[in-house]
Amino acid sequence: MTVEHPVAPVPAGDQTRIHDIGYRSYDGPRLGRGYARRSLYSQSLRGAYGLGRSVKSKVLPMLLFVVMCVPAAIMVAVAVFTKAKDLPLDYTRYAIVMQAVISLYVASQAPQSVSRDLRFKTVPLYFSRPIETSDYVLAKYAALASALFALTAAPLLVLYVGALLAKLDFGDQTQGFAQGLLAVALLSVLFAGIGLVIAALTPRRGFGIAAVIAVLTISYGAVSTLQAIADVQDSANVIPWVGLFSPITLIDGVQSAFLGATSSFPGGVGPSHGQGVVYVLAVLGLSAACYGLLMRRYRKAGL
Amino acid sequence: MYDPTVARLTYRALLGRKRALVLGALPLLLIVISIAVRALTGADDQTAADVLGGLALATMVPIIGVIAGTGAIGPEIDDGSVVYLLSKPLKRPTIIFTKLIVAIAVTMVFSALPTLLAGLILNGNGQQIAVAYTVAALVASIAYAALFLLLGTVSRHAVVFGLVYALVWEALFGSLVPGARTLSVQQWSLAVAHKVAGGDLVTSDVGLTTATTLLVVVTVLATWYAGRKLRTLTLAGEE
Repeated sequence: MTVEHPVAPVPAGDQTRIHDIGYRSYDGPRLGRGYARRSLYSQSLRGAYGLGRSVKSKVLPMLLFVVMCVPAAIMVAVAVFTKAKDLPLDYTRYAIVMQAVISLYVASQAPQSVSRDLRFKTVPLYFSRPIETSDYVLAKYAALASALFALTAAPLLVLYVGALLAKLDFGDQTQGFAQGLLAVALLSVLFAGIGLVIAALTPRRGFGIAAVIAVLTISYGAVSTLQAIADVQDSANVIPWVGLFSPITLIDGVQSAFLGATSSFPGGVGPSHGQGVVYVLAVLGLSAACYGLLMRRYRKAGL
Repeated sequence: MYDPTVARLTYRALLGRKRALVLGALPLLLIVISIAVRALTGADDQTAADVLGGLALATMVPIIGVIAGTGAIGPEIDDGSVVYLLSKPLKRPTIIFTKLIVAIAVTMVFSALPTLLAGLILNGNGQQIAVAYTVAALVASIAYAALFLLLGTVSRHAVVFGLVYALVWEALFGSLVPGARTLSVQQWSLAVAHKVAGGDLVTSDVGLTTATTLLVVVTVLATWYAGRKLRTLTLAGEE
């Protein structure tokens, strides 16, 4: 026995329609694109430290965060108890010394942020919401850069507070702290961009991690080897130009040219002001290029 | 103990598509740098030893080892397709052994061969440096592949832990805490290289007997435990 449903009269010429099967429709406020972008940003930022995820995924980022801060705490303790005139390490130098930890953090968290969306094909779902490609890329980029800034700025804050507690010169320390913050902000943006571009190429998380760490460490290894050889060969004028080819030496060059840092290049030969401009342009250009590449990667929503 | 089909599948998983490009990019970079160094400085034994020791053995071999060792089994466990392999009438240790052979072969081809080439470019095997570091890379390939294959079966974050070991333990702690060097694959392989080169350019903190014993023990133990681990593998969902 068939049940006859009353059929609504179909307007002539319009054969396609979505059937109303009786679900209750949503008539609350629509929070819109800006809200979706902010949510994606805050979720990605929390995810970068494993907040809101399983205990296992909190271990590594938190561990790296602690490893990053402990040396700063030790330095402060030493400075307070020995009544030193100065901190044992400059604010700007800290990130350079701890670069292995920063690289590991980028390598582990950049694929975490983008590879899973690719692998489980959730990217098209994001773009079915009222966000555009640029919103997704911007939110992910900003989230990872902020997470990195938190990682690199926290030990500087520990150093600064400790320096003030140890009654070191206030003006001196504040200037150093500000310069350090500016340098790690640049570093965060650059590293986040490079990490995300590489991670977004592959849906495999493990492979993304290896690729990011390979790019960061091998480029640094290659550049520092070439610089060391140039130093031995007394061709010191080549050293700053070679430094342009790895992310961490780029940051080192910028801060030793403009932010009063001592260069960690062999022989202590930092770039001059003219070369420093090239360094700054390279950092900004690379970050912009990373953004452009990510936009290109996500232009096709279906991957 | 060796199954050709498993080997073929593992080769395809390791070298298929873009992966071979990344694996090939690192050795290529080493060769390019050696050519640049040779052009800048000419043949110099100390420089050759620095480049091969610092760049090839300390950075490139472990990274290739991590990619090949964990890549031989990690992705299969990760996406769950390992159950199809495990449900075949093959012994679990056979699977591990085959994958180990493949991982060792890939690591050797992509790390020891470029090391030899780079050494020949840098100083034409003067004082046996190129051969010594190639032997070190070959020995290290075996230990790294076994170690990282085990990590691949134990943890989902094998790549990260492998890199932490290779970069933080061997490079950072090794340079700060002398004791950490005794427990480092790199130093063990350097001990073997020291025996080959004979001179003072290639040195190790570990004696040859200790080094070879530890190398064999680590390789055998890691392979045995990986086979055991595969027998009791629990497939967890994505966290």
